[in-house]
Amino acid sequence: METILKIENLEVKFHTLGGVVNAVNGISYSVEAGKTLGIVGESGCGKSVSMLSVMRLIPNPPGEITGGRILFKGQNLLEVSEEKMEHIRGAEIGMVFQDPMTSLNPVLTIGRQIGEAMMVHNGFSREQAEKRTIELLNLVGIANPDQRIKEYPHQFSGGMRQRVGIAMALACEPDILIADEPTTALDVTIQAQIVELTKRLQAELGMAVIWITHDLGVIADLADRMIVMYAGYIVEEADVFDLYEKPSHPYTLSLLRSLPRVDSSRGGGERLATIPGFPPDGVTIMLGCPFAPRCNFVVDRCRLENPPLIMVNNDHKAACWVDVNTGKERSL
Amino acid sequence: MTEPLVQVRHLKKYFPITKGILIQRVVGAVKAVDDVSFDIYPGETLGLVGESGCGKTTTGRTLIQLYKPTAGKVIFDGQDLTEIKPKTMRTLRKHLQMIFQDPYASLNPRWTISRIIGEPLRVHTITQSESAYLERVENLLETVHLNANYMNRYPHEFSGGQRQRIGIARALASDPKFIVCDEPISALDVSIQAQIVNLLEDLQDQLGLTYLFIAHDLSMVRHICNRVAVMYLGAMAELANRDDLYDDPLHPYTQAQLSAVPVPDPRVTRARKRIILEGDPPSPANPPPGCRFHPRCPIAQPHCKVEPPVWREVKPNHWVACHEV
Repeated sequence: METILKIENLEVKFHTLGGVVNAVNGISYSVEAGKTLGIVGESGCGKSVSMLSVMRLIPNPPGEITGGRILFKGQNLLEVSEEKMEHIRGAEIGMVFQDPMTSLNPVLTIGRQIGEAMMVHNGFSREQAEKRTIELLNLVGIANPDQRIKEYPHQFSGGMRQRVGIAMALACEPDILIADEPTTALDVTIQAQIVELTKRLQAELGMAVIWITHDLGVIADLADRMIVMYAGYIVEEADVFDLYEKPSHPYTLSLLRSLPRVDSSRGGGERLATIPGFPPDGVTIMLGCPFAPRCNFVVDRCRLENPPLIMVNNDHKAACWVDVNTGKERSL
Repeated sequence: MTEPLVQVRHLKKYFPITKGILIQRVVGAVKAVDDVSFDIYPGETLGLVGESGCGKTTTGRTLIQLYKPTAGKVIFDGQDLTEIKPKTMRTLRKHLQMIFQDPYASLNPRWTISRIIGEPLRVHTITQSESAYLERVENLLETVHLNANYMNRYPHEFSGGQRQRIGIARALASDPKFIVCDEPISALDVSIQAQIVNLLEDLQDQLGLTYLFIAHDLSMVRHICNRVAVMYLGAMAELANRDDLYDDPLHPYTQAQLSAVPVPDPRVTRARKRIILEGDPPSPANPPPGCRFHPRCPIAQPHCKVEPPVWREVKPNHWVACHEV
């Protein structure tokens, strides 16, 4: 399997008035060509920041990538020139943003916005770009594309705008599509449309997809491999089926238990499992595991030493000193 | 059967569409809520679900008279809220409270927590002395599991989940009977959502509260509600007991909605059969004739385009508005 993106020990900090926020603390993972990687975590866990780093879109100041390498097809994106990066951004890595209401320019027509990337990156003429834009809108399921390219974002509904965002990201046939909570602002029926669309496009175009979300439901449907992030660390990484069937980090386990399900009522009166407390602020320097204050499995070692990612099973890693199946400390 | 606490009959709320800058002419209306009828029984949680723009929030707000209804009745505890005098309404308001969706926008950033939570106490002159007031605020903070020492802090010092607890404490201050919960958890992180839902359930048990729980998360609604109502484009599509609705949905819109909810289990969710609806909901300013759902409905018949379906009880306690059921 070809690895298309490899992130090594990425560290991102933000210099704020309240102190230095450690947003991403030395994470490493890789993405295979044509596969879907799901990254889940709560707000502030560093999932979006790690992706913005790949695109070199971290505003500096206050943000700063303080360490690590981002290898895309073998070259370190943190070292390439801005000119080169401008080409990679859009042409080789496409990105779809969370909010379809604000990620489009309200004063440019849809056709112009989608066509721009192709005119810049592929040297298309206006006519060529328009022709290709119509094809793309067809591909993402927008009816009457030859008329709709002349319209403005406010004339599109939320779901339609997100399709436009996807068409834009796909314009130059990227090798990787990064989708940052692309369905969070949408209703379930529209979300289902976008998920089906992504699956179909991935099958047709063979690109890798990185799908960032806090919704463990949507991603169960899409991902091949999963990463769970907490407080700027990867706490668990596994194949999608293993993650849901054998969660090995207490955080993943609690998240899955705290979710109600639409396909069964667990009997009236049964309470949802909760995770007490709230996530750390990223400023306070913590000794030990960042999840320890909220963890049911905590042992003394957790408060002193932050566990590295440990291989707990075949290709399944978790950052925990405790084996959640037995509740006993791992002998390491 | 017990008497309903709230009876909603043919409730309508239209917002005018105007044209012109100086002289505004009314050129149409957004029919946000268009002839909706249902009951809410004491002690229950009624879920109200639907896509954004379907009128669920407007229904909740019109119900407690934050909006003046265009037509229809809301009977609360035997009194028609649409007809009583403003003065009577003011005293009744302490029984009708609301928890808002956005815990960042619904608290005044310049007020201390004690002033925010205590406002209903002052407005309704519930506590007579300063010490009784402070004691009640302390109690309320403890009820929602917040430290009473936080009283003199400001909203920005709290996280989203804590702010939502403050919003809940404020809603409880006047000892209400009925609370409209308008998407109280959708702005919160997953690990915090369960905390707030459990708190709402505990409070209901302790205080005998009745909730109208407005949400779009159908999984959470299944967990927390006794009965569930589904709205589409300003009208009711279906209303039934929780398990009847989820296990045997009758309206094609409910069926599609439920099938589209992802399940946090890769094997189950990939095996589920989805009904993918085409297109988007139409504009409530110009709803389609006949059944509002017919342009997107997979089983629409010619008469659905002409005749609006009747809201009827097809099985005991199972209401639906569809010709084809």
